[in-house]
Amino acid sequence: MKGEVVLEAENLTRHYKVDRGSFQKPAILKALDGASFKLVKGKTLAVVGESGCGKSTLARLVTMIEKPTSGELNITGINIVTADKYVLDRLHKKVQIVFQDPYGSLNPRQKIGHALEEPLLVNTSMSGRERREAALDIIRLVGLRPEYYDRYPHMFSGGQRQRIAVARALMLNPEIVVLDEPVSALDVSIQAQILNLIATLQEQFDLAYMFISHDLSVVKHIADEVMVMYLGKPIESGSRDTLFSKPHHPYTRALLSATPVADPFRTKERIVLKGELPSPIAPPSGCTFHPRCPSMTEICRGKPPELTEIDGCMVACYHPKTYPDGGTDEISAR
Amino acid sequence: MPLLEIKNLSVTFKTAGGEFTAVDRVSLNIAPGEIVSIVGESGSGKSVSMLALMGLLPWTATITADTLRFNGQDLKTISKKQLRQIIGSQMAMIFQEPMTSLNPCFTIGFQLTEALKIHLGMNRAERKKRAIELLDLVGIPEPQKRLAAFPHQLSGGMNQRVMIAMSISCNPLLLIADEPTTALDVTIQAQILDLLLKLQKEQNMSLVLITHDMGVVAETAERVAVQYAGQQVEKQLIKGLFSDPHHPYTQALLNSLPERSTSRILPSIAGVVPGQFDKPVGCLFSPRCQYATELCRSTPPVEASPAFGRALCHYPLAGGLPTNYPEEVSA
Repeated sequence: MKGEVVLEAENLTRHYKVDRGSFQKPAILKALDGASFKLVKGKTLAVVGESGCGKSTLARLVTMIEKPTSGELNITGINIVTADKYVLDRLHKKVQIVFQDPYGSLNPRQKIGHALEEPLLVNTSMSGRERREAALDIIRLVGLRPEYYDRYPHMFSGGQRQRIAVARALMLNPEIVVLDEPVSALDVSIQAQILNLIATLQEQFDLAYMFISHDLSVVKHIADEVMVMYLGKPIESGSRDTLFSKPHHPYTRALLSATPVADPFRTKERIVLKGELPSPIAPPSGCTFHPRCPSMTEICRGKPPELTEIDGCMVACYHPKTYPDGGTDEISAR
Repeated sequence: MPLLEIKNLSVTFKTAGGEFTAVDRVSLNIAPGEIVSIVGESGSGKSVSMLALMGLLPWTATITADTLRFNGQDLKTISKKQLRQIIGSQMAMIFQEPMTSLNPCFTIGFQLTEALKIHLGMNRAERKKRAIELLDLVGIPEPQKRLAAFPHQLSGGMNQRVMIAMSISCNPLLLIADEPTTALDVTIQAQILDLLLKLQKEQNMSLVLITHDMGVVAETAERVAVQYAGQQVEKQLIKGLFSDPHHPYTQALLNSLPERSTSRILPSIAGVVPGQFDKPVGCLFSPRCQYATELCRSTPPVEASPAFGRALCHYPLAGGLPTNYPEEVSA
């Protein structure tokens, strides 16, 4: 059913221990520190942020590759923290992932037909012929030719390989697909083809997407909801239209202004952030963004800001930009 | 007089499957202090043409050109020794991946001062002073300390700054930046692009920016050359290219950008860039072109007039529609 919530995450965290040699206590790396969100059937949640912000850790938790350190994760109504192995096995089928690098995510010594059949071999009791039929169906569905069944990954271009990766993710009729930077390794003309394929498949199968990306122009095109992350924490989330027209958090505004726009006639104000992402092992006190923030004050160093609602967006900032007369932001007026 | 003059540059590689033309009759003039961008998808020969200019291609490459002049010197007849004196000092290049372009075994300081020693003959104290100056110029905090750091101790953005510092160390007249920001995050990309533009203005360098990102082009370049499968298909001023593209490829490429689209389904370009074994007979873009006719499939087009952006097309576009288009096809 459309509009049905298929995944609900509440205060999800994932910490890693980092060894620092025999004489020091291991450090705690907070890769993900309190994320709450929902995935809805037929809708796309985009997760945006720079490298090191915890996007991929989030993908690993959602796909159940790793268990969260704390927090709740409900997938199709089942709490995965408390669920037993058999329930989890069934759940694994419902969440699939497409990786960024189509070259690295396919076994070079496996024919693509076999790569596509493998999920069926492991998870179902289909016969060989049925599996082959299913693989051929899906090959046609993603816009490839059936004779590709017997070919090896090196015989395909990057775009075709990404189609194969998408096809493999769909083999088990999942409800949730995590797309981890699916188009960032592709050329512009191929990127458009893959984005179209992703959009059509979502409509056809009513899939819930979690779309991880750093490219805001792609996110603006494909997302329904957007969550912006910084150093393991969501700092702003809301519907695409609000977030792009009225960004509240200084980091969101900086990201928007830093994204190059293919329009030479527009002059825009560029907020260039100072410095780089701090180390997640020793994050800054208070609001983790404060060392780079243009509107930083004393209060930002103290207690971390809580997520509060502004114009329908959840924003974690002491000095959000507000739009009292309903205007839109000049940087993002595209 | 242009600083750099390239006329009909072609690069052919000898491969196991025969000869492969990676760059096909490319021409480019660059005036002092100008920013020119070369745009194209992977395999369009944009890097190879600049590597050919720098003499950095392997022996399997055959380079031919009618003219190849840089700052009054003919690069075709110049000796290897003389070429080595030019590259790195008057003409420098920044590469895409800062992490792999720097040598992991040597400190930043060593790699940075190498060019100063060879090209400018500075002594140790002068080199150190200049290196600190350079690191400061590209915005690296605590340059004194960083000289002793190895590339793995710095982040990608910092390494790219070191690469930039290295390339401008001898005050080059021409800086070639080959996808300088592709491997970096957007906020760092903005910092690096700002830095490049600032240095370009301050030192009055010419800058060639090789990229595949139309957004980066729109925000930095003055003139653009669009490449497709080794050929230059269009040359225009930046505003003209985005408002009135003359080649169908440019038009299709701009239309397929997510930010310029209004519908959920993007107008994508079908098919892929032709490779070594499936090069079409006529126009190289004809198998993917929405306007292609029999003429396009059989005869390679010639360059259109400068008013049409020298588009390599039988029916260069004006206002989004092909000109001289045969009646019976459009009807």
